[in-house]
Amino acid sequence: MRRSIAAQRRRDAVWFLLPLLVALLIVAGWPLARTIWLSFTDASLAGGAHRFVGLENYAFLIEDPDWWRAVRNTLVFASVSVALETALGLGIALVLDAQIRGRGLLRAAVLVPWAIPTVVSAQLWAWMLHDQYGVINETLLLVGVIEAPRAWLADRTLAMASVIAVDVWKTTPFMVLLLLAALQTVPVDLHEAAQVDGAGAIRRFMVVTLPVIRPALLVAVIFRTLDALRIFDLIYVMVGNASATATMAVYARQHMVDFQDAGYGSAASTLLFAVIALATALFITLGRLTAPPAAR
Amino acid sequence: MSRRTRRRLGQAALYTIATVVLLYTLFPFVWAISTSLKSGSAIFDTALIPPDPRWDNYVEVFREQPFGRNILNSVIVAASTVLLSLALGLTAAHALGRVTFRGRALLLVTVLGVSMFPQVAVLSGLFELVRWLGLYNTLPALAFSYLIFTLPFTVWVLTTFVRALPVELEEAAMIDGASSWTVLTRVFLPLLAPAMVTTGLLAFIAAWNEFLFALTFTLTDDRRTVPVAIALISGASAFEVPWGRIMAASVTVTVPLIVLVLVFQRRIAVGLTAGAVKG
Repeated sequence: MRRSIAAQRRRDAVWFLLPLLVALLIVAGWPLARTIWLSFTDASLAGGAHRFVGLENYAFLIEDPDWWRAVRNTLVFASVSVALETALGLGIALVLDAQIRGRGLLRAAVLVPWAIPTVVSAQLWAWMLHDQYGVINETLLLVGVIEAPRAWLADRTLAMASVIAVDVWKTTPFMVLLLLAALQTVPVDLHEAAQVDGAGAIRRFMVVTLPVIRPALLVAVIFRTLDALRIFDLIYVMVGNASATATMAVYARQHMVDFQDAGYGSAASTLLFAVIALATALFITLGRLTAPPAAR
Repeated sequence: MSRRTRRRLGQAALYTIATVVLLYTLFPFVWAISTSLKSGSAIFDTALIPPDPRWDNYVEVFREQPFGRNILNSVIVAASTVLLSLALGLTAAHALGRVTFRGRALLLVTVLGVSMFPQVAVLSGLFELVRWLGLYNTLPALAFSYLIFTLPFTVWVLTTFVRALPVELEEAAMIDGASSWTVLTRVFLPLLAPAMVTTGLLAFIAAWNEFLFALTFTLTDDRRTVPVAIALISGASAFEVPWGRIMAASVTVTVPLIVLVLVFQRRIAVGLTAGAVKG
């Protein structure tokens, strides 16, 4: 009886999996294959005939200083913002884990930036960072931190710092959530034992807490890094295609859609895909990946 | 310093940090609400409480552009995406969580791998496909393309939950002669309802917020979804950005989302952390 059930199940499993496989093939597999193919052609987004041009697009790409700038911007953006939000997320998670009144309120408040759509966050901050009427300039002038209003989003050096700050604000809740869940699995008696032994707060964190939350910390950092490497909407809405902040995704879309150069844009996209695939492979070998990806 | 004062100092520091965190996370949205209630030149006034609160911006955002239509579009697209990904995810999770077959682990890793895809990497291929299917500038193009980021986590979370269910339940049903389909709809579906609410909610939020595909696959204002509409709100001239209206639109679409997230915060935490904690 058991054997026949298993056999029936295996037959049915094919039919249960087929819709998923077909859907993934249509929305992911085929389009990716086409993008890679188009990267070797002179295709235009408007359609029409295109011909194979070999590595021409890639040759142009590696000679374009704007492309290398986009690569650098992407790496700077991803590494700085993930580092900051990990530190901040861990700090906030530790506060939320402590026994304080109003913890429920605080926990709910921390989720708010996560709940706000990225485009909305981008607009909220673009308004707050406005060079003439922004509340941030106004406040900093009042406190005396700056003497003249700053053009946070137009100034080449400030723009990157600004978009990183907004990304940190928006994504720290994700870190907090993952780390808080991990912190709650830290055994209390272990902490107490360490305290009795005279271990200070920092030592207790290093010896007791950190080893327990390390897997969750690793997973959170990996997911955020892979997400940050493909950043598009926040930067596009706040500063458009400006080269000071344009990431690989922004650069690729600009060429593909604004300039209608599907072949060249696809080459840039393919390289971004390769970078992310490489990072993923690296992470998988570094530590086993067992967590589901989170919704953005 | 005595132990008691140290303790008090520690507590004070903790509450100070908590207050700063509260300000940091909530202020931008509070400021948006404040701005949205200021009309005309009052918008340049940096008072937190509008001296003369008005609804003008809210009225204008619906009058000057098809914002009501944009909201409806977003609801249709997000709801369709949720239904599609739950249907596909549930059937697949049943097979992946219960049946052992060769290549299952590989399949799960592949599904996870899809979630790492940068959207821009499939953009030109999808654009071609969307146009070929005659779906350019239509809502189905969006609902369908969003599966690329909702399916992976739906499948993963549901598979995790299927594995946690006791096997005896379905075996009893199968010995009684129930087909796999009956087991799925009569036994699994009710048991997985909580997990489906969680994943459905996450998929809804992800679809509601999506920007790049919506920007690329739609053309006319009446087909835009909310994020694109908000990103493209513009004034009479390029130098006159209607911030009041942008903030009114932002508040309008974000309040329901915040309420949703706060009501379901426990479930969302479970959905986001499923598996991550076990490492």
